Order: sequence, then C-alpha cells, then structure tokens
Amino acid sequence: MTATVQSALADIGRSDAGLRAFLHGLPGVDQVGAEQRAAMLATRSIKTTAKAWAIDLAIRMVDLTTLEGADTPGKVRALCAKARRPDPADPSCPAAAAVCVYPAMVPVAFEVLRGSGVHLASVATAFPSGQAPLEVKLADTRAAVAAGADEIDMVINRGAFLSGRYREVYDEIVAVKEASGTAHLKVILETGELVTYDNVRRASWLAMLAGGDFIKTSTGKVPVAATLPVTLVMLEAVRDFRAATGRQVGVKPAGGIRTTKDAIKYLVVVNETAGADWLDPDWFRFGASTLLNDLLMQRTKLTTGRYSGPDYFTVD
Amino acid sequence: MFEYAPAPESRSIVDIKPAYGLFVNGEWVDGEVRNKTVNPATEEVLAEVTWATESEVDTAVRAARAAYENVWSRMPGRERAKYLFRIARIIQERARELAVLESLDNGKPIRESRDVDVPLVAAHFFYYAGWADKLGYAGFGPDPRPIGVAGQVIPWNFPLLMLAWKIAPALACGNTVVLKPAETTPLTALVFAEICQEADLPPGVVNIVTGAGETGHALVSHPDVNKVAFTGSTEVGRAIAKSVAGTRKKVTLELGGKAANIVFDDAPIDQAVEGIVNGIFFNQGHVCCAGSRLLVQESVYDEVLAGLKRRMALLRVGDPLDKNTDIGAINSAAQLERIRTLSDIGAEEGAARWSPPCELPDRGFWFAPTIFTGVTQAHRIAREEIFGPVLSVLTFRTPAEAVEKANNTPYGLSAGVWTDKGSRILWTADRLRAGVVWANTFNKFDPASPFGGYKESGYGREGGRHGLEAYLDV
Repeated sequence: MTATVQSALADIGRSDAGLRAFLHGLPGVDQVGAEQRAAMLATRSIKTTAKAWAIDLAIRMVDLTTLEGADTPGKVRALCAKARRPDPADPSCPAAAAVCVYPAMVPVAFEVLRGSGVHLASVATAFPSGQAPLEVKLADTRAAVAAGADEIDMVINRGAFLSGRYREVYDEIVAVKEASGTAHLKVILETGELVTYDNVRRASWLAMLAGGDFIKTSTGKVPVAATLPVTLVMLEAVRDFRAATGRQVGVKPAGGIRTTKDAIKYLVVVNETAGADWLDPDWFRFGASTLLNDLLMQRTKLTTGRYSGPDYFTVD
Repeated sequence: MFEYAPAPESRSIVDIKPAYGLFVNGEWVDGEVRNKTVNPATEEVLAEVTWATESEVDTAVRAARAAYENVWSRMPGRERAKYLFRIARIIQERARELAVLESLDNGKPIRESRDVDVPLVAAHFFYYAGWADKLGYAGFGPDPRPIGVAGQVIPWNFPLLMLAWKIAPALACGNTVVLKPAETTPLTALVFAEICQEADLPPGVVNIVTGAGETGHALVSHPDVNKVAFTGSTEVGRAIAKSVAGTRKKVTLELGGKAANIVFDDAPIDQAVEGIVNGIFFNQGHVCCAGSRLLVQESVYDEVLAGLKRRMALLRVGDPLDKNTDIGAINSAAQLERIRTLSDIGAEEGAARWSPPCELPDRGFWFAPTIFTGVTQAHRIAREEIFGPVLSVLTFRTPAEAVEKANNTPYGLSAGVWTDKGSRILWTADRLRAGVVWANTFNKFDPASPFGGYKESGYGREGGRHGLEAYLDV
C-alpha cells in the first residue's frame, strides 16, 4: 500500500497539471472551524508537573535564532554559548535544539557548537525573499552546508506558488534538498503571504512531496508570522502525510512566539493534532529568539516559587 | 504523551446553603416537601430543596398575577429594560460563581459552563433588554400587549441558559413568570432568584418554584396561567399539550430531537470531524438539538470515521470542575440507565459499538463517548432520542438520499450540513425539515437567532424577534 502510494505521489510531481489536480483535490480547510479549534485548544490549562515538563520540552525545541543585518561574530558566539547552556546557574536545564544563523555566520557558530549536540541551522536560498536565481540559491545552500550547517532553512518562491506554478516550486525544493546533502531541509512556506489555510495546506503537501524534512511557517520578516491555526493546519498535513506515505515530517512555527504561555499552547496543539510522536525536538521546533528567556524565567519560578527579573538571565 | 496535570476550578467561590425554600413574591418561603439535589459527578448531596405543592404553586401564581396587574405590565418598556440590563450585568459579575455552581449541580464541564452557558445567559438578558422599549417595531403591530402570567418549565441540560431563554423575553414583553427548574438542577435558578433581589426587581415579577413533575403539572394546569412555555421531553410535552387543550392558554413547546449531521464528500474533513464531535459530545450529548445521527457520504466514510475515532480518543472524560475536561458526568442515575438501555439495544440490533479507551471515575454517573456504525434507519438508536454521548453513523450515496434519510424522523429540531460548496448548502438546507440548519458548524446559539422545531420537536420559536411573539398578545 505505502509503496504504491509513494510511487503515485512521485508521479504527481512530474507535471504542473498533476500537482494542481492533487493539491486542489485535498480536503478544504474551513477557516472559521480551524480558528475555533485552535482557540479551544488554547484554553487548555497546563499546570504544575505538566507545565514543568512542557517548559523543558520547549527549551529543547528552541532554534535560537539571530537573523539581523547587524549580526556580528561576537553576537553569534554568545548565542551559541547560550544554546549549549541556557541557564548557567542551573545545570539541570536542557540545551536548546539548534542555533539558526545566516550562511556567513555558520563558520563562527560551527566552532562554538562542535561536539555539543546542538544543531547548526542556516537560512539559505536568498532568505527571506527567495527572490534570486536558482543557481544562486543552490550556491547559498552548498556554502552553508560546507561551512558546517546540518540543517538548512529554505524559503519557497511564494510568487511562483501564488501564480499556480507549482512545478517550479516543487523542482526548486527538490534541487535544494539535493544540494543540502545529508543536512535536514526545513521548507519555509511564509504562511503570512500565502494568506488562506487552503494555500497553507497545499504548500505543506507540496513541500513534503518534494522531500522537505520539516515544514516551517515563516521567515519572521513579514508582519504575519506563526499563528496557532496555521500551525494546526500544518500539523494536520504532516499527520495525514505520514498516514498516506509512512514518512514523518517535522513542523516549525517561527516568528512571534515570545512567551512560555504561547509555547505551551503550541505544544497542546501538537499533542492533540499530530499526536505525541511529534512532541520531540526531532519533529517540532520553535523558531524564536526571545522565547528562551521567558521559558527560563518560568522554569526558575516553578522551582523556586518566585519570579526573578530579566537581569538574572543572559541577554543573548 | 503530554499528560495534563489536574487543573481544578476552585469551588470555594460558591456558597451553597444547606437548604432552599421557594422564591415567591420577592421572598424566600419555606415549603412542606423537601428533597435533595446531588452532584452527579460524585453523588454528593449539595443541598435540600423544596418540592412545591399545588397550593404553593397557587401562591406563586397569585403573586405573579398581582405583580403583573399592579406593576410590571404598567411599567414603560424603557423602565423594564433597566431591570433586565441590571440582571445581565449582575450575571456577568457573578459569572464564575454561576459557572462553578452549574457544573456542580449539572455535571457539565466547567469549560462549557464558563465559556458557553453563562456568557449566553448574560447575552440573552442583554438582547431582550434591548427589545423591551422597542416592541412596537418588532412586527407585531404598533402596540403589542403582554399576555399575563407565564408558567415556565425548563429541563436539566442547560439549567441557567433555559431559564434565560424563558425569563428574558417574558419580562421584556411585560409578562410576569413562575418558573420551575428541573428537579435535578435547581441551584442556579435559586441563585438567579438572589440576583433578582440584588437587581431590586419588583416582588412577584419572577417566582421560582422548585420541584418535580407534580409541581410542573400544577403550574401548567393552573387556571390563572396565561402562557405555558416548556422545554423538555416529547413525552411530557404531549401531556402538557393535552392538559392545556381547550383552554385559552398560549403554549410553546421545545421538545426532543434526532438531528442529522450530513457530511458531503467535499467537506472540510478536519473541521467536519470537529463539528461531529461538537454536535454529539457537547454537554455529554444532553442537547435536544444534538447531531445524534451522522450521515456520511460513502466516498469519504473511511476517512471521516478514522478521523472521528482519532479525535474521540482525545476526549477527556472526568471531573467536571477540571478546566481540561471535555466530557463531564451524566446528569442523573435515571438518565444513565436510559442511555445504557438504548445503547444495549443498539448492540443487540446488530450495530457495531465503539468507544475510545477511557477510565471512568468510580463514583458518580458516567458514560464513555460511544459511536455505533453500520446503523440503518430501522434501528431504534437511529430513531429514538438517546440524550447522551452516543452517535449513530449512517451512510448515503447521493444528496437526495441524504435529505430523504435526514427527514425520515418524527423529529425536526436541527440539522447540520458539511460541504465546501455554497450552492449545495442552500440546496440541502432548503429541503431539510428542521428548525435550525447549521452549515459547516454545529450547536451554535445566539440570542438574536430563533430556535424551535418541526413535528414532534415542538412548536413555537424562542430567541430573536420571533421569540417575542410567544410572549405578546398577537
């Protein structure tokens, strides 16, 4: 069954028409219903032991990110050190999942992270717009991998997707996946620019069909970044994709998730949508820069019973 | 697995008295016969309440008559509106207390009493407060008059919400009321009596008589009651219709249902599954408009059923006061027995029964969410109202067949349609013989929207502008 499905799915990618027929044949998403479901899940009340467990899991899922034009080697080194030991005062605090930087900063991060178990992710393919010739994107990717990145966050060509040139998007993901070699490929859909949940579901399937290892909501560079309903729709897609093909794909909401409360809402949505198999840093990540400190603060609050000020945690 | 630690709502916000009397003419009066109300989740006795006798009901009706003649019907609509607005605001202020009390007495999850029941209760009072001084613009003539004394009998599934559906329009139109809450869930109505006092509502405008069937019978058959409003079982509704036949009383009945929830093959499947769950497992299925018959197009049957089972496995059954509980307790031992009996009949008739693995508490009244597949129109579980978390799944091939099966029931309260195609929604809704048809959603209530049934689901409409008609002399 699964083998047949896989070969059938591979055939779909051969033509624009095949992709269009398949993607538009997916069940629709009712906007009101999806948002209500997400809102309902956000009312789950996570307390005491469940909260402690969720905070530690969320810390292990953070892709500590700095994607600024003003990034310096010093800042990247500091960030890497923080990813390895988020709370220097508490050795029981787990490490973050990865550090995510621009390709130019990969060599710097690689030096600090080597041997730590913390992954090194790099945004490639002309991040964040994706508006560059394919050759440039592939070169960008190869450079990042060569410098030591073991995870590549690529952006899809939203212009091509929105004008229905699905084959172009598909081929590009296939090419970048190949250029990434053994590195994990996270495909950024930039859901804020796809606008509808139907588009989000189609783009999710497109990315998975083309071989993406992760699907990611946003670059964090457009006004609408990760939202709970968008993540819900993507989690439904990875769940259905695994049921159809047997292959598990991860999900990474990125941008705008700043508080422990928000992060826990996402974990609840993961738990009750895709299921417990995705409650693992291998299958779910948070693309965030400020979230970690709030997680640390809440973690300390749970263990000591008191809130400590922001100055008790490192700034980056 | 992400195990959510218990997150119980505190019950210390509620101050339950050991015993309650009747609320008549703005005062508490002790009654003769006493009985107990229990927490269905634990079987713990919550309070003693009075079961009003015929003479006590008579006193209450007299008080309502006096208040009607002397005060309430003479009061300008804008003045009545002030009282209703005040009641609505007090309900909002005491929302948490009311939600906790409702969950204690009824067994429904706090998530629903907090997020659905109590906000809707306040909304109904706000909505009808707005109508009180605009009755001339409601389409029933330039100066519609109230009817008089309304005798109202409400069920145990939404104790406070049904009270609001009954009392808010009655008062807005200038009627006075004697209301009998269900014998298993009287407590929030008694707190509502306190709210009436707090709002300085003139004595006798609202009277609450607690009790069981005999009290209800005394109320609806009282000769000085001008209007009878009842929500409950079709069986009792029939008896009420008989008892008022030949009198000049106006009657509205909102009775049972066996709603079809139709899922077409182009439906948004994930949201449809959510809608099926909400349709039948909301409030433990204790909903007269519950979507208890699922009609799925054959081509998506496997997909929908797999999704439904996966989703049902996530339902959390247990302590109603835990904020993460999805399904609470069955309201009474008698109702639990009825659900068990009908479910056993379903299995005997050859339908396949399935429930997700779930641990039920040792004490209290509990029933696991259940679906029956392979059900046909001939099965009793497809025809009779179970009023519990039990879903019958049927299939269809063509839209015409879906409509035919959906309408093939003695009831006609509600229905649901799931499809991505607007024209199909309209085509189907036009043909469904049901008072409410939800499209791509289910169990949505709004004070501005009329609600009521066809056939054995009763007559009359509650809610909205239409809901005023039942309380006006038109």
